[in-house]
Amino acid sequence: MQSAMAQSAAIPDMGKLRATAGVTQVEGAGGGGLVPWAFITGYGTRDSYGANVHSTVVRTQDYSLSSYGAAIGIADRVEISLDKQTLSGYLAPLDHLRIDQDIVGVKLKIAGDAVYDQDSWMPQIAVGAMFKHNNGIRGLGAITSTQQLGAQHETGIDYYLAATKVLLDQSLLLNATLRMTKANQMGLLGFGGDLNDSYQIMPEVSAVYLLNRSWAMGMEYRMKPHNLSTDNEKDYADAFIAFFPNKFVSLTLAYVTLGDITVFNSKRQNGAYLSLQAGF
Amino acid sequence: MPALSKIFDRRYLLAALLVLCLSACATSSPSLYRQLGEQEGVARIVDSMLEIMLADVRIKNDFKGTDMKRLRRTLIEQFCVLSGGPCVYSGDSMKEVHGGLEITNARFNALVEDLQSAMDMHQVPSRSQNKLLAKLAPMQREIVTK
Repeated sequence: MQSAMAQSAAIPDMGKLRATAGVTQVEGAGGGGLVPWAFITGYGTRDSYGANVHSTVVRTQDYSLSSYGAAIGIADRVEISLDKQTLSGYLAPLDHLRIDQDIVGVKLKIAGDAVYDQDSWMPQIAVGAMFKHNNGIRGLGAITSTQQLGAQHETGIDYYLAATKVLLDQSLLLNATLRMTKANQMGLLGFGGDLNDSYQIMPEVSAVYLLNRSWAMGMEYRMKPHNLSTDNEKDYADAFIAFFPNKFVSLTLAYVTLGDITVFNSKRQNGAYLSLQAGF
Repeated sequence: MPALSKIFDRRYLLAALLVLCLSACATSSPSLYRQLGEQEGVARIVDSMLEIMLADVRIKNDFKGTDMKRLRRTLIEQFCVLSGGPCVYSGDSMKEVHGGLEITNARFNALVEDLQSAMDMHQVPSRSQNKLLAKLAPMQREIVTK
């Protein structure tokens, strides 16, 4: 009996319902595309664990943003994620531009259950933090650090509170997240700036229609601070469709707008977002 | 793509979110009981679910020694009542039925998946499926005791 129990604890149970683990957002946390949700990543229930890897590419007119990493969800309670984000330019004179940052994320579910509490308005609530370190700028001549663009720090921590609710009766998923952040363009342009160097609270929302067990489509909006005079930072938004053929993989395709990035290029950056997640 | 980028103006996005919600929330539809096919449809769904469940290696052993005839009858009654049909549930409370069985969340969800497969078999639209699941979901708190 005891060995059977030990065995059942070691083998992931993949016990969550398909798609109810969400996908991986652009900073590596369980969520939608841009916004971290209160879901704990992976298909492990409270008796088990889940883990996955992800690779995401956003391609706009002038930049490509990639994000890849891994995450683990423990007992449907704790999530730990690792992510590497890279922003590259691919048109001259920015064709050698490369900025990357490392993100370690932690998330703790503190109340509610997004799926089972269908008889109340109580959402699932989680708190999280993202520890980010910007590794500097390459391919931009004399500019090698975000501090030269006005950023105050190359390391920063985002803190967030996320509330996620599945409304099964309406086949909807709604999410609202409040993020305390100093990050410029998620941290790719450093943290804090000449205009502002204090934490600000930024709302982020997602609305998703669950077409069936395999498909979901939705929209997200993520507000952002404006700390740098060299970057008229804009809010991010996306419209996505996600495909969950089984519990091992998911594919998310989105149209995303990142706004203009730095005053040196006033073109609004819109483009395609493609994300693959594989795990259990 | 100017038309698409326009969608992302903040006011357009908020309006779109609202429309998305309203279209999903406000569409009036026949009662869930009718969507499930009334008495006959509910019985067919339960029959298929029991068949799938008894072939499901994750949970089939949980039903050794279960009075399947009674389980079938009470499930049909329960789904009928929950979907707004003219039935009376004659079974025991979820707590009484499942107490001491130490049912895990994964096993509870396995049964949900079997029910979803059964409803798929009988062409119940996803939105109607979710409406029934919305009624069943809160029972997780009484059924999952491990």
